Amino acid sequence: MARIDVTVDGVRYTDEVEPRTLLVHYLRERLGKVGTPIGCDTSSCGACTVHLDGISVKSCTVLAVQADGGQITTIEGLAPNGELHRMQQAFHDNHALQCGYCTPGMIMAAVDLLRTNPDPTNQEIRDGLEGNLCRCTGYQNIVRAVRAAAATPTGVTG
Amino acid sequence: MIPAPFDYLRPATRAEAIAALRDRGEDAKVLAGGQSLIPLLRLRLAAPTALVDISRIEGLRGVHRAGDTLVIGAATSHDEVLRHPLVTEHCPLLAQAVGTVADPAVRHRGTLGGALAHADPAGDLPAVAVALEAQLVLAGPAGERTVPAGEFFVDYLETVLQQDELLTEIRVPVPGTGWGTHYEKFHRVAQAWAIVGVAALIRRDGDTITDARIGLTNMGPTPVRARAVEQALLGTSVHNGGIAAAAEYAAEGTAPTGDLAAQPDYRRHLARVLTRRAVERAAGTRGTAEPVTAG
Repeated sequence: MARIDVTVDGVRYTDEVEPRTLLVHYLRERLGKVGTPIGCDTSSCGACTVHLDGISVKSCTVLAVQADGGQITTIEGLAPNGELHRMQQAFHDNHALQCGYCTPGMIMAAVDLLRTNPDPTNQEIRDGLEGNLCRCTGYQNIVRAVRAAAATPTGVTG
Repeated sequence: MIPAPFDYLRPATRAEAIAALRDRGEDAKVLAGGQSLIPLLRLRLAAPTALVDISRIEGLRGVHRAGDTLVIGAATSHDEVLRHPLVTEHCPLLAQAVGTVADPAVRHRGTLGGALAHADPAGDLPAVAVALEAQLVLAGPAGERTVPAGEFFVDYLETVLQQDELLTEIRVPVPGTGWGTHYEKFHRVAQAWAIVGVAALIRRDGDTITDARIGLTNMGPTPVRARAVEQALLGTSVHNGGIAAAAEYAAEGTAPTGDLAAQPDYRRHLARVLTRRAVERAAGTRGTAEPVTAG
């Protein structure tokens, strides 16, 4: 077993984990953060995307021990004060989800995209989200939502 | 899916990492970003009994310039490489090729050294390193040695790295004036591996090609130089069909495999077509549109 010390959605945890524990399993099964789904389990779909120290990662392809000492934000920590993050609001307003399975990862990847490119073109949004698959193929509205979020002034939540 | 159990070691220094690799022997694997290794562990295609995490060793990350050489720490992430001003200014080929690797989240974790040491023939960066004539610095118990990228790759997923050696630096010569570069990648869908890729560096004096270096991705178990094309391009005009004629030699000396994505003869065809495009784009005689993607 290995000891890890992580901060997840603003709360600090110290835990003993098996080294083979994937970060997504730690988040879901140990901390109950089931807002982060497991999609493909092969690093392809991006459904499990979270932020580790402020940048997007696929949590099925990170070991919990690698996150030791890190700050993790999941979809559940994006709206700490009950007010939706501008990206969540934009997804809501633009009907950027159908079944909703890809949505947590899509939103976390989209938030990270705006970190590096605050005003992306449609093509840059598509390129920036290439690691996130929507099997409902709802990409049109997802792109619209990211553009809408980019046009929304940054509030306290993002 | 859950990997088989392993011990996790996180050495603080290179010397500790090398000692751990020596002590644990063949069943130890180096963990850097883990973007190739963790999928293999999850699928249980690999089951090492120890992982040596080198990601927090001081001095293995970052980019700096030393004279005419760009020095890139092996544990520098793809994302850091492709955004680094020294790389975009002095080695745009590397920045461009790294930008085609997988997707942003994978590029945040995956490392340049990891991609080279993993030596997947479908990986983009081995052929780019070979075309750039990069030098790779390997550290072992007896000290360091430097190996040209062209001699680093031995076979499928196999390099000259010994069990107790660590790839620490990638040293890329900064090209002089007159060079143009391009990486042309053919893949089935976004974030997929290359079916074939071509890294081209072309030096022009007026309309004449005076030097050419071409590396091929996925045309055999290791990256290869398209030497026959390079020879044929020397002294050729960038106009009048000389590039197209030279590109016809692109599959010479290659040994591509067949898989679900492509049969060997199709890969040879792609090598010729993509080499022509890569050379034309590097030479500046063709638009730099997005690489063509099938499907």
